[in-house]
Amino acid sequence: MPRMLPYLLLLPATAFLCLFFLYPFVQVAHDSVMRNAAYTLENFTRMAGHWKFSTAFWNTMLLAAVVVPIQLAMALTMASIVTKLQRGRSSILYIFAIPLGISDLAAGLIWLSVFEQSGFLNSLLVGLGVVDQPILLLGYQNTWVIFIAIVLAEVWRATAIMMVILVAGMGLIPKEYGEAADVFGASRWQKFRRVTLPMLKPSLQTALILRVILAFEVFAVVVALGGTQLPVLMSETYHWQFQMQERGVAAAFAMVILAVSVAFTILILRLLHVPKGARV
Amino acid sequence: MTETTTIRRAGNRVFIAGVALLILWVLLPIWLLFVNALSAPAEVTGFPKRIIPSFNLDSLSFFFGFSGVIDALWNSVKVASVTMILSIGVGAPAGYALSRFDFPGKEVFRFLVVMTRAFPLPLLALPLAVMFIRTGLDDTILGLALVHTTLALPFAVLITYSLFSGIPLELEEAAWTLGCNRVQAFIKVILPLAAPGIAASAVFAFVISWNEVFAAAVLTIENRTLTAFLLQSLDVSPLPLKFAGGAALVLPALFFIFAVRKYLFAMWGIANR
Repeated sequence: MPRMLPYLLLLPATAFLCLFFLYPFVQVAHDSVMRNAAYTLENFTRMAGHWKFSTAFWNTMLLAAVVVPIQLAMALTMASIVTKLQRGRSSILYIFAIPLGISDLAAGLIWLSVFEQSGFLNSLLVGLGVVDQPILLLGYQNTWVIFIAIVLAEVWRATAIMMVILVAGMGLIPKEYGEAADVFGASRWQKFRRVTLPMLKPSLQTALILRVILAFEVFAVVVALGGTQLPVLMSETYHWQFQMQERGVAAAFAMVILAVSVAFTILILRLLHVPKGARV
Repeated sequence: MTETTTIRRAGNRVFIAGVALLILWVLLPIWLLFVNALSAPAEVTGFPKRIIPSFNLDSLSFFFGFSGVIDALWNSVKVASVTMILSIGVGAPAGYALSRFDFPGKEVFRFLVVMTRAFPLPLLALPLAVMFIRTGLDDTILGLALVHTTLALPFAVLITYSLFSGIPLELEEAAWTLGCNRVQAFIKVILPLAAPGIAASAVFAFVISWNEVFAAAVLTIENRTLTAFLLQSLDVSPLPLKFAGGAALVLPALFFIFAVRKYLFAMWGIANR
């Protein structure tokens, strides 16, 4: 009995993950190559042939490419600040962590209140005399403003998750390393660059994987701020599943998102490889 | 010497200014949303905006009086509660097993859990929509809660794993020598020590479900959650409704994160392993 106990305890979770995690992924892969009860690649050709596909694909990639580096820099800054603080550490940490609990849809609505035509940005611009009249910021004429609004909302919302992982990682670095660097007269920047960053690799790895995958899943922020004016992969998936009732094509989109997610996970694992013996 | 102190002071000032700026960056947008939610509808659509709300509750009462909102809110609470119970009920035993036993297959299980992080989980909703129609789970609270549990379960497992690992095995062994069996020892000794952490991870599971948009929008039609409701009415609903809805989503989140703030590191620190 005691030898079976761990398996008994793991059974519910394993069964759950098999049924609701492994099985659906097999199913969605199956759906993507299935059409009218026959195996075919037609779903993929229909997807790739649609005029919105490449726009959606590159919008998603570009968003991730712009958002993630900004977040990495900000998260590192915030984590360094929190680690260095002596007073007020927990309150500031709480404030920095607030967006962690906020839905992407709510984040989209928050930034909508800034960017909509009668919103706070226009109020500021008119108040400062930059423009005479409130201008339509989130219109189809200037999708780059929509893009910037989405970048701001994403950076605002999802930097916290990276920050918390990095703060936890910084806490794991033994103090002696920093003290040794001090003894050798390293500047703050040198200490950060030569001690903190290399020691932080495992946390950076986790934070980046999590963040990049979430960046490919960007959805509600985009819909809240741009409607259908700036298509991304996830919003197209939703569109094909619902409006077009084309489950096969939606599954094909899902496979594309899955493929880029896995590709980038492997890439990050390779780039930030930590040898087993070198872990703290 | 005085020169270095002036430099240090200047550096300190830059540091404090930076901290203040970052605090402003996080809090100001939330404030602006609440300004809108606490202003009259005419002010929300009016121009220019003021930075102080008029504390008029018309927008909020318009939102709560809007058909379907109360139901959606209640659905969100129900789905999140079921998610919370399921993910702890299924996840905590696994976390306990990982922390207390060494057994063949342990690494395989951990790999399965960690792997969930490398996949875009909301996409699960697509194939599950069909499976749910077959099993009669479509458009139900339980069906959506099952998908949300998949999102929350890996966290529940990893958090409880680190919680139980932090409680010395000796405590449990002492209870056994004093005549407790395994279950009694767990309930009388381990559970009281782990309870706050378990509660925190339960709250975290609640938040994950409360905030989830894509799966909720795909899997519910009649029984929409608040996020699904807001998303699907985005292109038709007036601004006051959107902002009041956003505020209704954000407000509980503020309390939740406050409640679990002590455990944020325990939760994410272990994400490093």
